[in-house]
Amino acid sequence: MATTSLLDRREFLKKSAASGAGLVIGFYLPGKYEALAKVPAKEPAAINAWVHIAPDDTTTLVIDKSEMGQGINTALTMILADELDLDWKKIRTEFAPAASVYFNPVFGLQGTGGSTSVRGSWEPLAKAGAAAREMLVAAAAKKWNVDPSTCSTEDSMVFHKASGKKIGYGALAEDAAALPVPASPKRKDAKDYKYIGKATKRIDSKEKVSGKAEFGIDVRRPAMLHAVVARSPVFGGKVKSFDGAKAKAVPGVKSVVQVSTGVAVVADNTWSAMEGRSALEVQWDEGENAKNSSDAIRKLYQGRVEQTGAIARKDGDAETALSGAAKKVDALYEVPFLAHATMEPMNCTADVRADGCDIYAPTQFQTFAQVNGAKLSGLKPEQVRVHTTYLGGGFGRRAEQDFIVEAVELSKAIGAPVQVTWSREDDMQHDFYRPAVMVKLWAGLDGSGKLTAWKSRIVGPSIMSRFFPGSVKNGLDDTATEGIATLKYDVPNFLVEYRLTEPGVPVGFWRSVGNSHNGYIAECFVDEMAKAGGKDPFEFRRGLLSKDSRQRGVLELAAEKAGWGKPLPAGRYRGIAVVESFGSYVGEVAEVSIDRKSKTLTVHRVVAAVDCGRHVNPETIHAQIESGIIYGLTAALKGEITIANGRVEQANFNDYDMVRINEAPQIEVHIVESNDGPGGIGEPGTPPIAPAVCNAIFAATGKPVRRLPIRPEDLA
Amino acid sequence: MSTTFTLNGKSTTVEVDPQMPLLWVLRDTLNMTGTKFGCGMALCGACTVHINGEATRSCITPVSSVAGKKVTTIEGLSEDASHPVQKAWIEEDVPQCGYCQSGQIMSAAALLAKKPNPTDADIDDAMSGNICRCGTYQRIRKAIHHAASLQAGK
Repeated sequence: MATTSLLDRREFLKKSAASGAGLVIGFYLPGKYEALAKVPAKEPAAINAWVHIAPDDTTTLVIDKSEMGQGINTALTMILADELDLDWKKIRTEFAPAASVYFNPVFGLQGTGGSTSVRGSWEPLAKAGAAAREMLVAAAAKKWNVDPSTCSTEDSMVFHKASGKKIGYGALAEDAAALPVPASPKRKDAKDYKYIGKATKRIDSKEKVSGKAEFGIDVRRPAMLHAVVARSPVFGGKVKSFDGAKAKAVPGVKSVVQVSTGVAVVADNTWSAMEGRSALEVQWDEGENAKNSSDAIRKLYQGRVEQTGAIARKDGDAETALSGAAKKVDALYEVPFLAHATMEPMNCTADVRADGCDIYAPTQFQTFAQVNGAKLSGLKPEQVRVHTTYLGGGFGRRAEQDFIVEAVELSKAIGAPVQVTWSREDDMQHDFYRPAVMVKLWAGLDGSGKLTAWKSRIVGPSIMSRFFPGSVKNGLDDTATEGIATLKYDVPNFLVEYRLTEPGVPVGFWRSVGNSHNGYIAECFVDEMAKAGGKDPFEFRRGLLSKDSRQRGVLELAAEKAGWGKPLPAGRYRGIAVVESFGSYVGEVAEVSIDRKSKTLTVHRVVAAVDCGRHVNPETIHAQIESGIIYGLTAALKGEITIANGRVEQANFNDYDMVRINEAPQIEVHIVESNDGPGGIGEPGTPPIAPAVCNAIFAATGKPVRRLPIRPEDLA
Repeated sequence: MSTTFTLNGKSTTVEVDPQMPLLWVLRDTLNMTGTKFGCGMALCGACTVHINGEATRSCITPVSSVAGKKVTTIEGLSEDASHPVQKAWIEEDVPQCGYCQSGQIMSAAALLAKKPNPTDADIDDAMSGNICRCGTYQRIRKAIHHAASLQAGK
């Protein structure tokens, strides 16, 4: 993986300032601004790649991350608004085009994921904002012939208090853009922040409640056609032959075209394309996965879990300590494949022409979209413009490229703008699934019930082997072992093994990735250890964490706010779990009841405590933890993708259902005030909920829940 | 074949296959994309519109069946996001990705039109057909109660 240094950004800032505003706009701004670039006078001046100020002071902030619900356009706006002293009412935002200046410093390419947005962008963006502010002040000071240090800024204006002069940013932007970029601009003192750290409402709500927010599926271009694709029902299968005659006979259908993923039906509206696909006849060469099944995969894992794996972490000597332990606990846990099921099904619109290609996509990875667009269209990357829309959910699914590839291939083949839309069934049956995993665990306790040794062996597929093959070394993939190999408990003898096992089902990043399964498994196993040692689950965890540990902080706060140890109404039980992921610590306490007759579970209340370090918007933290809990709860209660005859058996929300409003627990979120480095917040709410709920069931029934989703027999 | 209905207060005639679901007539024929496609089987509620005031899943509603009826979509709920439900949604910071929210809002508006002061059980009944993958349910519940107050002029 290439890395981008701050130097690259600085280079760009210098170049952009030197080359003049018009040029920068022409090169870097999305389609809508091309016309403006031709008439540079009186138009927005680009102070840098993220800040464009129009003569009327309207400031356009370029958001270089994908907004998929996590509130990033609000957070990045808050950072820039503070460092630039902007008038909130004069701000508008645009999503960035694909360009190297917008690379995510964590990935070395333009993309959103891994809960990296605020963590990776806070410093460089704040610095860019502070630099732009200094340039605006310098421009005002020059105009007034005063010392810049005697000027101040507020609400998109520069003030010179001594003379009573003031001037709006809009009148300074063009002059400011021509000034050198300060290398070390003065940053605002945290105590002077107007927005950062204050609960701030989302900036995109109004367009989202009025149907005006443009998602990928809402893109409409002149003469655009609509397509759906018939894909092999078996993973890896290929088209053997097809007959498009019946499909073409459907009114509205324009053509039937083979693409790399299958056979596409192109029509003048989505419904006709879908009807055409129903009439399409395709013979598939199903290939080697045709006989694959969930049972076969489970058997494969059961064999592998008895064999040793590559060592992901080794502290002390777990084998020896286990053999000498006074008390031993062992368990086998497993989790299924899961679909992402974003509310907006996969889609993409492409317009490939001889002189350029436009890709309109709800994508998490703009750089990949641009590279793929160039490769498939035969154009140069700079001729491929990526227009990022709002994403109707991402959760890792939109890090993939399959829907983009289809749209580009189709537009090139047809010679018209084409929107490819996936049905819900397409989306559910052709996903890159959260890996199904099996983990065997062993623990040793001493005579007092203290944990002395812990060994885990993880069996499952590797996401990175496909996504970033270079990162998989010696049979180890960090995304498969995180959540266990990263555990923070003080255990003198700790061993984690990983047995990379490919099940013939494509896997990908799913909200919180490896933590989604390993967090569940580790935290349920901790409750098993606590019980074996005769300890309360909260006290047992507390004993494994030092006083200054951030994990202990959220454990204690969650327990306190949930009333841990205090009596509950009859039939109610509590479970607790704490997981660190993406640099943030989240503890959750779930309160459940079980109707043993009907074998149904109710999750009444979830109390969460979060330490994500310094943060931008506490309102977003609440929203993302609520969101992560519901996402993880759906997986714990309902989520299971199964394979039979090489096919995914689930197709829509009738057989892959979601938690709905009537099942949603009351959620309380408590934030630990902290000055530690910022952690992520989009994902860390998800891992602790399944173990918190399962541990509550364990408390109620005395039986651990070792397999997800929770089944009626677990509630007996 | 032509079908005529009232769409957001205006008489509208479309020349499409009478079997074409209203959802696709709105989105592809009329380019009114506020109403969303989610499942195509009336399982998720993203496509909810009002037909003669009733919350209806447009993805399984043939356009021919709305001939002569009044259809209201999210675009017609208000001019400027000023419907009490929309206002409450903004004030409670409900949307995250926002994709399901047109449908959620149309379901909530239909509920409040019938039950100006709904209980939590009423909300469960009216809203459990609408999936939100971002899990904004707690805020939706709060926003519906808030909208009820706004509607009552409190």
